[in-house]
Amino acid sequence: MIEIKALSRKWKSFALDSLDLTILDGEYFVILGPTGSGKTLLLELLAGFHRPDSGQILINGKDVTDLSPEKRNLAFVYQDYSLFPHMTVKKNIEFGLKMKKLKAPGKFREISEYLNISHLLERYPLNLSGGEQQRVSLARALVTDPEFLMLDEPLSALDPRTQDSAREVLLNVHRKGKLTVLHITHDQTEARIMADRIAVVMDGKLVQVGTPEEIFEKPANDRIADFVGFENVLKGRVFSSENGLIGIEAEGTVIEAAGELEVKVGDIVHAGMRPENIVLSKTVTQSSIRNSLKGTVIGVQSLGALVRVRVDCGFVLNALVTRQSAEEMELVPGVSVYAQFKASSIHVLR
Amino acid sequence: MKATIRRKINIEPLTFVFSLLLLLLFFFIFVTLANMIFGQVLNDFSGLVNTAKNSSVMSSIFLSLYAGFLATLIALFLGAPAGYILARFDFPGKSLVESIIDVPVVVPHTVAGIALLTVFGSRGLLGGPLEPYIQFRDALPGIVVAMLFVSVPYLANSAREGFKSVNPRLENAARSLGAPLWKAFFFVTLPLSARHLMVGAVMTWARAISEFGAVVMIAYYPMIGPTLIYDRFLSYGLSASRPIAVLMILISLTIFIVIRILSAGWSIYDRD
Repeated sequence: MIEIKALSRKWKSFALDSLDLTILDGEYFVILGPTGSGKTLLLELLAGFHRPDSGQILINGKDVTDLSPEKRNLAFVYQDYSLFPHMTVKKNIEFGLKMKKLKAPGKFREISEYLNISHLLERYPLNLSGGEQQRVSLARALVTDPEFLMLDEPLSALDPRTQDSAREVLLNVHRKGKLTVLHITHDQTEARIMADRIAVVMDGKLVQVGTPEEIFEKPANDRIADFVGFENVLKGRVFSSENGLIGIEAEGTVIEAAGELEVKVGDIVHAGMRPENIVLSKTVTQSSIRNSLKGTVIGVQSLGALVRVRVDCGFVLNALVTRQSAEEMELVPGVSVYAQFKASSIHVLR
Repeated sequence: MKATIRRKINIEPLTFVFSLLLLLLFFFIFVTLANMIFGQVLNDFSGLVNTAKNSSVMSSIFLSLYAGFLATLIALFLGAPAGYILARFDFPGKSLVESIIDVPVVVPHTVAGIALLTVFGSRGLLGGPLEPYIQFRDALPGIVVAMLFVSVPYLANSAREGFKSVNPRLENAARSLGAPLWKAFFFVTLPLSARHLMVGAVMTWARAISEFGAVVMIAYYPMIGPTLIYDRFLSYGLSASRPIAVLMILISLTIFIVIRILSAGWSIYDRD
C-alpha cells in the first residue's frame, strides 16, 4: 500500500499542492490529467527521484520520504522506455538483477518468453521498434520482482495498432502477478478501460478519486467533466464481423460499429462514442443511421447552451443536445427516447 | 540543327565570396605550417636528423608530452566531476562558476603565469607553505600546474556537454533498478559520455603541450619543447630553432592522428 500525505513539491514550472492519496495493494491505479498537470512529477516523487518540499510518502506503512530510489523496490517504466543504449537487451534486463545481487535465471527466461522478447536478447535497444522497446523495458522492471510498477504514459509513444496489444500486455502483467500498478496518462479512454481506480490531477491538485464509473458518470465539477468528456465506453462481446462492420452485444443490446480493428467472434471489446454524436429523438428518423436504441431518460443536466442527457438503453449513454431541442422534446427523467448514432461514429478498442 | 540547352551555373555571390575567404584562411594556416616543415625537410634534412639525435632536444619534447599528459589526468580527475555537477544541478551562482572556469582561456598566458606564481611560487600562497614537500618553481610540478590552469576549461566544458547529453531519466531508471547513484554514474552515464570525455581530454592535452607563456613564467627550467625553441631562437636564431619546431609539430601531429584513428570507430550508440 502506498500512502501519500499532504505532499507538496515545486519543480521548474510544475507544482504539486498538498496531495493526499492512498493506493491499495493489487490495484491498477491510473493517474489521469492533462499535459503539464504534474503527473510525472508525482510519479518521480513516489519513486524517489525528487524529494518533496513537504509531506510524507509511506510504503506499506513505512515512511520512505527520505529513502533513496534504489531502496524503494519500485519499478519504473518511462514514456521513452529509457533503455540503456550501450547495453544489449540481455544486459539491460540483467542490470537490475546485478544491482540487487539477485540470481534468477528462471525468472529471466520466464519473463523474456512471456513478453516475447527472447529473440531480441543480443540486439541493441536502438534497433528495436517502439513496442519491442516497451516490452524490454517492462521485462527489465519486472525481473527484479518489484512490489509496485510505475508506468509513465506507457502507451503514448506507440502507434494505435501496437497500443492495443501493449494494453493487453500491461493488464496481463498486472493480473498475473497481482502487481500494484500506477499508470499515468492523459488519455481518458485508456484510463477508463484499464483502471480499477482513477485519480484526476489538474494544476498540481488532486481533484477527484474514484472508480472509472464515478469519474466519468459523476465528474466532481465542470472542469473535470470538460476534461474527461462524457465519452461513452461500452464493454461488449463481438458476435459478428464482416465487411468492416462489427456487431457488438452489450448488456443484451446490439450495436453495430464500423472499424478497422481485426476482431473475432467472441472477443471482448470496448466501444467508445462521443456524446455529441448521439442524436436523440422521439421517433426513429433517419434510416441511414445503423443504431437506434430505445431508452428512458434518467438524467438531464444543463451545461449552458448544451444539455447533457443520460439515457438508459440497458446501459447508460450520455448525449449532448442543444438546450432548445431538449425543451422542444420535453426531455425530463422518465421520458422515452431513441438514441441514434452512426456505425462510423463508434471507436472500437480492445 | 542541334539545340543545346545551356545551364547557367548559378552561384550566389555570398557563397562565392565566402568560399574565397575560406580558401584564403586555409592557405594562411597551411602555407605557414607547410613552408616551415617542407623548408626544413627539403633544404636541411640533415639538420633535422641531427636535432632528433640531440638528447636535450628530445628530452624537452618528451617533457612537454609527459607534463601535458599529467595535466590531462589531473584535469580529468577534477574537470569530469565538476562537469557532472554543472550538467545536472542548478544552484545559485552557477553561471558565475561557469564563467570563472572559462577565464583561463581568455587571459593572456603571461598573466596566467604571474597569477600562478603568486600562488605556487616559493613565497606564494600555497607554494610557500608547501616548499619543504613539493617545489613548483623551476620544476615539473610547476609545469604541470601551469598547463593544467590553461587547459582544464576544455575538459570541464566538454565533460559538462557530455553529461548533459545523457538523459537523467536513464540514471533514474538505473536507480529504480537498485543502483545507487555512483553505480548509475559509472555503469550508465560515464560510458554514454565517454566520447565527449575523450574529445575533451585530447583537446586538453593539445592545449597543455602548446602552452608556453604560463609555463615559462613559473618554470623556465627544466625546458619544455616551446621553451627550448624560444631559448634557441634568442641565442642562435631561426636556423637553430626551426628543426626543433618541426620535430615537435611532427611528433604531436602523429600522436593526434593516431588518437583520431583509434577513436573514430568508437561510437557506443551504433554498435550492431
